[in-house]
Amino acid sequence: MSLTCNFKKKLGSFTLDVNLQAEDEVIALMGASGCGKSLTLKCIAGILKPDSGIIIVNGRTLFDSEQHINLPMQERRIGMLFQDYALFPNMTARKNIQTAIKHTQIKISSLELQKQTEQLLERFQLLGAANLYPDQLSGGQKQRLALARMLGTPIDILLLDEPFSAMDSFLRWQLEQDLSQTLLDLGVTALFVSHSRDEVFRLCDKVTVMSHGKNGVLKSKHQLYQTPTTYQEALLTGCKNLLPATYENQHIQIPLLHLSFAVTNSPKDFCYVGIRSRHIIPGFLVDHKEDYLLSSYTICSETEDVFTHIFMVYIKDISFPLRFEVSKDIYEKMKEYPKILAIKKDEIMLLIK
Amino acid sequence: MTFTLFPLFNSLRISSIATFLTFFLGIFAAHYIVRLPKLWKGFIDSILTIPLVLPPTVIGFLILSMIAPRSPLGAWIKDEFATTLTMKWQAAILAVVFITLPLMYRTVRSSFEAFDQNILHAAKTLGLSNIYIFWRILLPNCKSGLVAGIVLAFARGLGEYGATSMVAGFIQNRTATISTTVAYYWQTSQDALAMKWVLINLCISFAVMLTVNFFEKRTAAT
Repeated sequence: MSLTCNFKKKLGSFTLDVNLQAEDEVIALMGASGCGKSLTLKCIAGILKPDSGIIIVNGRTLFDSEQHINLPMQERRIGMLFQDYALFPNMTARKNIQTAIKHTQIKISSLELQKQTEQLLERFQLLGAANLYPDQLSGGQKQRLALARMLGTPIDILLLDEPFSAMDSFLRWQLEQDLSQTLLDLGVTALFVSHSRDEVFRLCDKVTVMSHGKNGVLKSKHQLYQTPTTYQEALLTGCKNLLPATYENQHIQIPLLHLSFAVTNSPKDFCYVGIRSRHIIPGFLVDHKEDYLLSSYTICSETEDVFTHIFMVYIKDISFPLRFEVSKDIYEKMKEYPKILAIKKDEIMLLIK
Repeated sequence: MTFTLFPLFNSLRISSIATFLTFFLGIFAAHYIVRLPKLWKGFIDSILTIPLVLPPTVIGFLILSMIAPRSPLGAWIKDEFATTLTMKWQAAILAVVFITLPLMYRTVRSSFEAFDQNILHAAKTLGLSNIYIFWRILLPNCKSGLVAGIVLAFARGLGEYGATSMVAGFIQNRTATISTTVAYYWQTSQDALAMKWVLINLCISFAVMLTVNFFEKRTAAT
């Protein structure tokens, strides 16, 4: 199974420009709200019509502006999981599934229809809830019903539009586990839209970061999380300290922090540096001082989190706050040492815009 | 003159038939207009809603000029059926349809617009036909809006006076409705009879409002 998307769509002053290729895998479209990730899904599903370009799923052309192909939503064979699951409120769980099966398999006998419906109900542990209406179902049951209903129809690709955004964190975990298992069982190409870096990392194989309507290079999640290359990638993977930087005379300069350090081999193009808050550590933990940038700091604010303490600090009296985080046992020891922080030089990420 | 219940029967008959027609016209208009581009939407919406703010006599006048024997439509009816529409109770149906369509259309449209569009999108991605989606998903889920529209249209139809009296006039046992009967008795100083019909009208209106309240409570409870 495969997906090829290459299309543009203008909406007022916003331009969506998507270029994406995927095989049998779970792809995440990650981005801040308003970056166009949900619009992308809408274009693939046919809710919105792109201005130009192509959308091909499994060798079937769903949209091609040059050949004037624009398949109706009904013929696209797309399974879309909506944020609020979009179940039919006037039908029981069983009827929700039946309706979908009946309409995609026109000649199905009533016996076969019943059999398939019961199979799906059983597979998604919905037998006990079969006669309930959507507003009587729990969040987990709703999600399972939405998936079951979808699987009653032939689908080539699964589109998931922030499926957990309406859930509280407790419920979220269980739903995520269920969904993850279903995705594995199905083995179809799935496109998952989210702004949560943790969800994306746990559920997906590959990630593309979207910003201002354009998607970046598709990367494996490990590659993206360990070595982000753009400002947006670093930001979305949770990097808290992002600063403009330049390269001059074999030195990387970070003007906002009045810091500069020498590098042996000249780096590729970059205009930002990213420093993860866990890569900033108290100075007393450092053995090889030459590998680190060391600086004194003053605390601007201090927040106690569940397992860590988060500091916002100024270094060298410059009023640009850096964020760093230490575990609680280290926090206790810090009081006995002078206020010096250390940043490992090779953990500083060089980023393009 | 003997007292007959004909005006009550006639009013109910006109309003029921008109509401039936308005219902279908209203839901189709609402369904198609919701999906039109903005500019067209505003334009057609204005045309459909204008009877709400026009004096009923203006509507009556327009309908008369449409169905008068001299008009193309009137002439055709005269040729085909050897009859005229004016001064017939059937003409009042036309008047009531024009007057009640905006009410029906507006109420239904706002309930269509309030309905979660994602459910319709989901239905389409599941392969359900547009016709099925409209009749079996959109309409059942907008039931309270539809009922509100029907009740409003029916009640407004029962009370219609201006346009009805212009196109159907007041002919006893032929075109008389409750409202034209009240006007007739009052004009001819038969206040006791007028009062009788006023009371009948009050009873009906009260029943309608009770129905509306009942449905509102039920939708609020769910």
